[in-house]
Amino acid sequence: MNMAAMAEPAATYTKPDSAKGAIGIETVGMTMRFGSFTALDNVSIQVKPGSFHALLGENGAGKSTLVKCIMGFYHATSGNLLIDGFDGDVRDPRDAHAKGLGMVYQHFTLVPALTAAENLVISRADVPAVVNWDSELKDLRAFMDAMPFRVPLTEPVHRLAAGEKQKLEILKQLYLGRGFLILDEPTSVLTPDEADEVLGHVRKLCEAGELSVLMITHKFREVTNYADEFSVLRRGKHVGGGKVSEWGHSDMAAMMMGDAKPAEPASRIETSGAPVLELEGVRARDRSGLGEISIASLSVRSGEIVGIAGISGNGQMELMEILTGQRPTSAGTIKVNGSPYHATRAESRRLKVRYLPEEPLHNACAPRMTVAENIAFRSFEANGADTRFWLAPGEMRRRAEHLVADYKVKTTSIESPITALSGGNVQRAVLARELDGEVDLLVISNPCFGLDFTAVAEIRARIMSARNTGTAVLLMSEDLDEILELSDRVLVMSEGALVYKCIAAQADIPTIGQHMGGHA
Amino acid sequence: MNGDIGLWAVPIAMLGGAIRVSTPFLFVSLGEVITERSGRINLGLEGTLVFGAMAGYALAYMTGSAWIGVLAAALAGAVFGLVHGLLCSLPKVNDIAIGIALMLLGTGLAFFFGKPFIQPVAPDLPAINLGWWSDLPQVQAALRVNVLFIFGAVLAVGLAWMLKRTRIGLTLRVVGDSSDAARALGIQPARVRILATAFGGALAGIGGAYLSLFYPGSWNEGISSGQGLIAVALVIFARWSPINCFFAALLFGAAGALGPALQSVGVTTGYYLFYAAPFVLTLAVLILSSSKSGALTGAPRELSITK
Repeated sequence: MNMAAMAEPAATYTKPDSAKGAIGIETVGMTMRFGSFTALDNVSIQVKPGSFHALLGENGAGKSTLVKCIMGFYHATSGNLLIDGFDGDVRDPRDAHAKGLGMVYQHFTLVPALTAAENLVISRADVPAVVNWDSELKDLRAFMDAMPFRVPLTEPVHRLAAGEKQKLEILKQLYLGRGFLILDEPTSVLTPDEADEVLGHVRKLCEAGELSVLMITHKFREVTNYADEFSVLRRGKHVGGGKVSEWGHSDMAAMMMGDAKPAEPASRIETSGAPVLELEGVRARDRSGLGEISIASLSVRSGEIVGIAGISGNGQMELMEILTGQRPTSAGTIKVNGSPYHATRAESRRLKVRYLPEEPLHNACAPRMTVAENIAFRSFEANGADTRFWLAPGEMRRRAEHLVADYKVKTTSIESPITALSGGNVQRAVLARELDGEVDLLVISNPCFGLDFTAVAEIRARIMSARNTGTAVLLMSEDLDEILELSDRVLVMSEGALVYKCIAAQADIPTIGQHMGGHA
Repeated sequence: MNGDIGLWAVPIAMLGGAIRVSTPFLFVSLGEVITERSGRINLGLEGTLVFGAMAGYALAYMTGSAWIGVLAAALAGAVFGLVHGLLCSLPKVNDIAIGIALMLLGTGLAFFFGKPFIQPVAPDLPAINLGWWSDLPQVQAALRVNVLFIFGAVLAVGLAWMLKRTRIGLTLRVVGDSSDAARALGIQPARVRILATAFGGALAGIGGAYLSLFYPGSWNEGISSGQGLIAVALVIFARWSPINCFFAALLFGAAGALGPALQSVGVTTGYYLFYAAPFVLTLAVLILSSSKSGALTGAPRELSITK
């Protein structure tokens, strides 16, 4: 009876002509100068066909410049790119694609409103003028069957989970017949389980000789588990690398940082305190307006850090907005130090509530105003207990100078626009403002997203020392490692509700991962 | 039959009115759907509509052919759309501000060039009598449907098909939803948007030609009562779907026909109030479709009003 099924002309996936399996690439003495600034200095690295190569380096070390040179976004000042041993001569990204080089960006480049199938078809170089969806879907299903993982084809992409989107990005590259793939921090939006699944499949494709991969990452765990070789960049120079099996995490970290020492993690001292933040039965609409955020009960005591883990888009942003007063609630009470809290400016000042939202440049700064002005946002109209009408520029400047020095914010002047600062320094400046003076409650969201080791270590130490002096800290983060490092208690948020809680010291990562994915 | 059908005259007159009045709404909104799907908003369509009405009437009068008038209106509209598209492609130019400027420019130019054409009579566009089966003169009058209306209905279906099943449609949706994704795919968003705006302008021009060449069927300075602007709101109401635009246009057309329909059965109190029905409906639609939290579902993500 199976004969009938077999006799039916099965749709078979035929690779595009450009597909030739894994492609090896090599940069030879690649140098890239922007004016007087040397972003890339004589970098030679080799990615052998079928290998999984990790590219490590702090922010600003030149990793993205290197991959942009490979993909043809930039033209290297000097040096060569070899593709399978021949001169690559990549003129632009389109040319790179035609030569089998592909890149998966840190931020998704899928079109949210289009379905997975539409995204795949439109990404082809030869989109037919009239698309016959019946036959296209048949071909796509045949293609999916040949792949180690699959995604729903007819669902709009904005409804897919982050992990599925990332898989689709990789599938898209394979669908297009790419033999060399650059992955730019591919797991930053995934749960640990999803990350393992995606990278595991990518590794299998490498082993099968379908693909070579150059992966930019900050996570050593991923390097050890999936990569076979690595290279390290520091200040535009290639400072080391080799076989992953021959080097340890501390060697890699030392190569990345050179002489710079990260701040010592602040030790956690025993504290016990009264509840500062209490939420009871709080409900609100979520961002789409279709779902609901429902926090049955949440309390944060003085001198503790409560971490809320969860995959982005499960209500953390909305919870932050509820606490900052940006999102109206339909039910429930929020209390700080026992008195009702509606996040007005007067209340937040009286009850000493401070915030460090994610992407502070956009959510906590006026980007074009100066560093000094941005630092003054909490205090510019305060005159002791009263308010003032005329600003006090002298006092503002002194406060800014003091905080900039104290928090080691690197800026050419406190009069430069804050948008000119690097991500880590914006974060430092905002944290300086928010931690200035007495703070009873600090609400933080993704404080270290996109920052390098040194900045991360320092910001975490600041948060920890605030906790040690009795501040109640509510920390929302998509980085589970960060939650586990900082928190006393861990909560997991999934689909708008807190679904799991545990003591951080006794946390079991697989269990937390399952709750994050909503599979428990 | 003496044609005395009492109050039934009101719904029948509204149906007829809906079909007559909706055509400009239909064309302007279909054009705007395409423009907005590419991520631009063109508020200048009111000016394009009025200029199209003038150009269409003038050319129809000079050549004696209403169809040449329609063609001229479409061309004039495309030029306006092209200007909007090109200007908005310059860095740091806001599409809404340009739209308002072009709206004023379009009406101003139309009044300037249209002065000599207020008196002369141009040929009308042909209508098809779909009411032949009825004896009632009211029904026959209501179902005298203009060719452009039928063309618009077919166009709505065609555009929906195009958005779903053609390369052009997919490209348009990619550009409207994410400039970055479009660039990563090697599409030039600016070019797609310029063409989409030009197409939208052409359709708005045809909508204008309908005004001056069929209903009301003459050129004067008060020819448009804000249809070009209402149609932009209508696109939001229709959730950027060409098929929905067709029904939304009929609804707005019916609201516009309420005043004349009531007048035809002798209701004269609150006459001006009923004429305001489309504007009240516009406000109601915008309020009802607004949302305090969250983005509009189905809105192209590159649209400046939804960002």
